[in-house]
Amino acid sequence: MKQKIVLIITLCTSSFFIQAQDVNDLIDKVKQKMDLVNSYSVEAKMKTSVAFIKAPIGKVKIYFKKPDQIKLFKEKGISILPKGGVSVNFFTILNNSNLSIIDAGTTTVNGTSTRIVKLLPLSETSEIIISTLYIDEKNLLIRKSSTTTRENGSFEMEMFYGELQNFGLPSKMVFSFNVKDYKIPKGVTLDIDDDLSKEEKKKFQNKKGKIEFNYSNYIINKGIPNNIF
Amino acid sequence: MYTLFKIELYKIFKRPRTYIAFIAITALIGIIQLGLKVDGKEYISFVLGDLSNTLQINGNLCNGYFVCYCILQLLLVHVPLLIALIAADMISGEANMGTLRLLLSKPISRSEVIIGKFLAASVYTIFLLIWLAFLALIVSIFIFGTDDIFLIKNNYAVQIAANDIMWRYAGAFIFAALAMLTVTALAFFLSVFAENSIGPIVATISIIIFFTIFSTMSIPLFNKIKPFLFTTHMVAWKEFFDVKVDENNISIAGSIYRPDKIIYSAMVLIIHIVTLVSISIYALKKKDILS
Amino acid sequence: MQNTDIIQVKNLSKQFSKIHAVNDISFTVQQGDIYGFLGQNGAGKSTTIRMLLTLIKPTSGSIKIFGKDLQDNKKEILKNIGAIIEKPDVYKFLTAYQNLKIFAQLSGCKVSKEMLMNQLEMVGLASRAYDVVKTFSQGMKQRLGIAIALIHNPDVIILDEPTNGLDPQGIADIRNLIKRLSKEFNKTVLISSHLLNEIEQVATKILIIDKGKKIIEGTKQELLDPEQTIVEFETIEAEKAREKLIFSKWNTDTIFQNYNNISLSLPYEQIPSFHKFLAENNIPVFSFHQRNSLEDYFIKVTKENDVHAI
Repeated sequence: MKQKIVLIITLCTSSFFIQAQDVNDLIDKVKQKMDLVNSYSVEAKMKTSVAFIKAPIGKVKIYFKKPDQIKLFKEKGISILPKGGVSVNFFTILNNSNLSIIDAGTTTVNGTSTRIVKLLPLSETSEIIISTLYIDEKNLLIRKSSTTTRENGSFEMEMFYGELQNFGLPSKMVFSFNVKDYKIPKGVTLDIDDDLSKEEKKKFQNKKGKIEFNYSNYIINKGIPNNIF
Repeated sequence: MYTLFKIELYKIFKRPRTYIAFIAITALIGIIQLGLKVDGKEYISFVLGDLSNTLQINGNLCNGYFVCYCILQLLLVHVPLLIALIAADMISGEANMGTLRLLLSKPISRSEVIIGKFLAASVYTIFLLIWLAFLALIVSIFIFGTDDIFLIKNNYAVQIAANDIMWRYAGAFIFAALAMLTVTALAFFLSVFAENSIGPIVATISIIIFFTIFSTMSIPLFNKIKPFLFTTHMVAWKEFFDVKVDENNISIAGSIYRPDKIIYSAMVLIIHIVTLVSISIYALKKKDILS
Repeated sequence: MQNTDIIQVKNLSKQFSKIHAVNDISFTVQQGDIYGFLGQNGAGKSTTIRMLLTLIKPTSGSIKIFGKDLQDNKKEILKNIGAIIEKPDVYKFLTAYQNLKIFAQLSGCKVSKEMLMNQLEMVGLASRAYDVVKTFSQGMKQRLGIAIALIHNPDVIILDEPTNGLDPQGIADIRNLIKRLSKEFNKTVLISSHLLNEIEQVATKILIIDKGKKIIEGTKQELLDPEQTIVEFETIEAEKAREKLIFSKWNTDTIFQNYNNISLSLPYEQIPSFHKFLAENNIPVFSFHQRNSLEDYFIKVTKENDVHAI
């Protein structure tokens, strides 16, 4: 009987250690995959979908250089981005050694089975409070992330991969965030009408925002001059 | 009537006071442009308000297109005064000068006199607007450059791509011309009933201010009369700067959100113009010239 | 030969609220007439003239000019009328030349620089053609008004108080111009004034209007009392002359002395014998003239009108 209990305890503990190792392993493997990319530039079509903003599709160029340099560049035109948001960078998050990694189980994201990994930066000055990654274990791809920041609220990112999934580079990313309701004095707008229907008014009070990036023309590991950043 | 029209145009542009309006517009626009050049960022922050707490809006927001929009918003309230200076003088000024009796004793019908004078006043109005357009748009583009335009409406914001703006301004200025011609018609109409131009000028401005108050205040009692006031429709030029969106809330280039509103407002203004000029013809035909 | 009726006014009335500014006036102006429209201020002269120029719509009555109804043929008729209505106001911010050009064009005539300068020359303004009217004296403005009235060579000229603000030379010039227009160019002139002297000296026919009503119409000769003429003479022996007169058959209460000038009223046909009387009494005469006093007539007639009104 005693032997049976010890066996069960040993098996459970081993299992626990195996799982714990799995999560760290998983993160390491994802990091290794990401390390294949030293730098990239990519063109993206940016669709800003905020309830109370009517914006056209914009064209941007994004530059990345290891370890943490990222720049979104719109040659011409106005870009609307959540504050502190889009330049969130998994490299920075994952390469932070002062990090607590917690396995939070599994779930399905867009039909793909993923492992939920919570990352807690241990530094009290870190901008990120917590970041939850939904990792596709089979392909070592981050399918989704949910991040809460100190200054700029929370946001979610959903990644969709295509040809460059071997480099961990998505073909599409959807960035979701919250927006505060805003009010503007009428004197500034000098608008006369306030004849929107109730449905329209309600629609405009929706506090969710979304930016969808559709990437194309990746140029990987060809070097990016520092002056871009 | 063409002879009379040419003569009236000649008289308008021979009077020094005609140029006051052009100088005033130049000065006003210059001041606005100077202010925005110096403090444009602060103004943009003010306009964006709370929005800048959540969103980072990058780009040249205080560009020529935006500046032009601001100028039009402000000046299309003040330009009517400058129009009234001339239009309100067309008949009453002649009566005051004593030339009306000489003019009307010539072999021209009174209808021809009204139409000829109104057309001349309209040409003046359009010239004024062309000058305003040049300063507000072309000079602003020169000073502030171009970029997308980002506008705050009452309930939402609109971003329009730079390559989708010029035609909107063309439409907006044409509409603004119609709005200003309504003011011309009003001032002209009042001029028929007076013997000097101060009365019609003051009356025109008072009516515009009065009606604008009704048009802008969201009081249920006023809401009933708003649709009939020309001041409610004069601002419909702004509809050129609102777009339709698709199911994903992405704006559709080349679209206008409420084109029917523009057409409806244009029709209301045209009806005002035709009515005011028609009554002017009738009134002058009936009037005994005692001046 | 019967002259053509150019202006025919029948039962013309104009009522402003309760005021009858013009009350049932009828008159006819024939071709070549210098028709004097005489009345005190506020009598209805200007109102009548404005009705002739379609500036005021009659309450009732009819106006025919050149044989055509005025209301139905306004443009055609006004092409052939030139007018000064009270003081001739023009565009003060324009030059004389520009003003003349504008009104010439509005009158429907073909305009050339030569024609305009000739017209300005005729009224003595050629040297000031390019000066703004703001700098003109009243007399110069009046002359410009006349130039404007005549530029399109109208057959009918209507002058409402044309000598207002003019100096004596200016008044004389207008008078001569009016006579020339009638005699040399066979123009029909309608001239209104409260200055009886002026009417008296130029008009061939006169209509007297008072309180909106026509008092009387006719030629000067028809209107005036052929019995009485006022004679005036100048002499250095005025006292002596006066004494002689008092003790003569010429003694009447009309004898009036003003320094060296003596005037008295006597029948027209006795003027030759009066000349003889002066000569026989050795009264040296330096100037002598007679006048048929329209002024006296006018005051008399309008007073009668007041009496009848009572």
